[in-house]
Amino acid sequence: MNTAECRPGLVPGEAGQSAGGLPRLLAERRGGGPATLAGHLARHGGLPTAAWERRRREQFIAEVGRAGLTGRGGAAFPTARKLAAVAAGPGRPVVIANGTEGEPASAKDKVLLAREPHLVLDGAVLAAGLTGARQALVVAHGAVREIVDEAVAERRRARCDPVQVQVLTGAGRFVAGEATALVNWVEHGIPVPTRVPPRISEHGLGGRPTLVQNVETLAHLALIARHGAAWFRSAGTPEEPGSMLVTVLGAVQRPGVYETGIGVPVSSVLARAGGPAAPLTALLIGGYSGSWVDQAAMALPFSAAGLHRAGASPGAGLIAALPAGACGLAETARIARYLATESAGQCGPCLFGLDSIAAELGALAAGHPFDPGRLRRWLGQVDGRGACHHPDGAVRMIRSALRVFAAETARHARGWCCGTRPAGVLPVPSRAGP
Amino acid sequence: MGTADLWFLSRGSGLVLLALCSAVVVLGVATRTGAAPRRWPRFAVAELHRTLALFAVALLALHVMTAILDPFVTIGWAATVLPFASPYRTVAISLGTLAVDLGGAVLVTSLVRRRLGQRAWRAVHWLAYLAWPAALVHGLTAGNDLGIWWVALVEIGSAVAVTTAVLARLTGRSRPAAHLS
Amino acid sequence: MTSRIRLRVDPIACAGRGLCAEILPGLITLDDWGFPVIRDADVPPGWQAEAGEAVRVCPVLALRLDRVDRPARR
Repeated sequence: MNTAECRPGLVPGEAGQSAGGLPRLLAERRGGGPATLAGHLARHGGLPTAAWERRRREQFIAEVGRAGLTGRGGAAFPTARKLAAVAAGPGRPVVIANGTEGEPASAKDKVLLAREPHLVLDGAVLAAGLTGARQALVVAHGAVREIVDEAVAERRRARCDPVQVQVLTGAGRFVAGEATALVNWVEHGIPVPTRVPPRISEHGLGGRPTLVQNVETLAHLALIARHGAAWFRSAGTPEEPGSMLVTVLGAVQRPGVYETGIGVPVSSVLARAGGPAAPLTALLIGGYSGSWVDQAAMALPFSAAGLHRAGASPGAGLIAALPAGACGLAETARIARYLATESAGQCGPCLFGLDSIAAELGALAAGHPFDPGRLRRWLGQVDGRGACHHPDGAVRMIRSALRVFAAETARHARGWCCGTRPAGVLPVPSRAGP
Repeated sequence: MGTADLWFLSRGSGLVLLALCSAVVVLGVATRTGAAPRRWPRFAVAELHRTLALFAVALLALHVMTAILDPFVTIGWAATVLPFASPYRTVAISLGTLAVDLGGAVLVTSLVRRRLGQRAWRAVHWLAYLAWPAALVHGLTAGNDLGIWWVALVEIGSAVAVTTAVLARLTGRSRPAAHLS
Repeated sequence: MTSRIRLRVDPIACAGRGLCAEILPGLITLDDWGFPVIRDADVPPGWQAEAGEAVRVCPVLALRLDRVDRPARR
């Protein structure tokens, strides 16, 4: 087995091999399986060692700022600002790469770690260098834990990284990927959010400034370090540059994870997945905390600005296609029940409110009598009343469902439903599963 | 003040103190469970619990002082806080001392609750469930007055009230959010 | 300097006991599950004493008052 050698790579800004074209993260490769270290280095080259020079840190972070990289975990927070905040925090920082992917319908983080673990690890190690951390933790979904372990072991043998890299398995709960919940999981084994203040960028794991970054964001970071800001901006839109990974599922020919420039029409993202497998009535965009949109939104750009008109956003990069014949209310009710059971159970309005709301939606979906005024009141009482944004996301998704499926709602109130297939287009795990 | 007066005062204050502390415990349970007479606001129950507890502290000072100053029996000032320091009815007095020590901890932590934090405050507050039985048994064994019917009535009444409240708390979960705290 | 007093509830600590809503009926209402909804975090000047009372009385120390300073206007 050939051991790879980590060689110093390009200085950022120097155009290297790949042009601005896609794919960037999910490279076409012969054979399945994860990229080996040797393969990774052959394709991308090594990380520029200048990244670890203290005086170059601010330059690098500025370059990331110019690139306009934002978090790919759903919140789209500017990465350069986060790096700078953690680097300036009191104490020695620590980096946590978030690959838990608690969203059951999303697969992009698992796919990225399974195919290009070294890109993610490059990004984690680079982020450590940029913030002055000596430790990088990768919290990976259980399904890809072994692959990440092997990649870390490869790097250790080749002595690639000047910082210590550790791997942990994520908790497998929906809220476990929230930043404070992740820190709580790593530190105490309890995957529930904690109260803010203090912000984890100042006081996180072990009381130290903590950088929590989605694994896809770190992979982009690793490429920006090699190819520079201008290269990164050659895809996407001027306001939302770069590419992103999107999980496409539901009624499409080839459900899977695809990389797309930000801002291309939703319909062309669906086309990458082979296009609709049936006439579509609606799409769920962003995840189970995202928003429903009707099929007219397929013409909209897949970007925050583009989807804003439809009350949606790319979120964690997910498009679920609902075919005609599926009942959007039934799917929504199933998701709402899932979100209710996934509440951390720490805050009353979330714990009781989501449960009540899910029960009401269940009644609506089943054509039983339901009280729309009470449902709206509950949605208003739950929104923004928790310690984290779990209830907010659930409320957003449900409100969008009531908007998009308004006609369906009226039919259900009279005891009718357009659905011809049982609910289950969107996967909802039972409690026992990971 | 005659020695008989000190004697009566110490015993009398002790009896009232037992009734008062029992009321404090019952109100404490009511604060926790939200069980209260319908028209009583919850904050009134909480405040009454606190006010009576502070009053009990004052009455306790009187009870302890008169008992120790009474020349008829030798208890000694050390027995205020040190168990087994009283030559007179050592065990019985020690139970009273225990109640004072534990009650003192509850008092002090309650006065600095904000600074201490909820968790630590709560952990110490549980000692009240140890302090009260100590006080009850102290009352039954340190005095000679159980023969008097109304003394026995107060003792039994206090015991019944507290036991009922505690049992109600253990068996009932009257509020859906009870497990959140 | 005009300073505002802001009342905040810690949603994790809050157990829905409802004492705060009794003391500040104008500022705090209870939702359908007994948990406090603070309509407007700014405490009006006449209610500051009651706000302090509510903070003290909360059995789980879930309420806090923060003084927020607004910069003086020139």
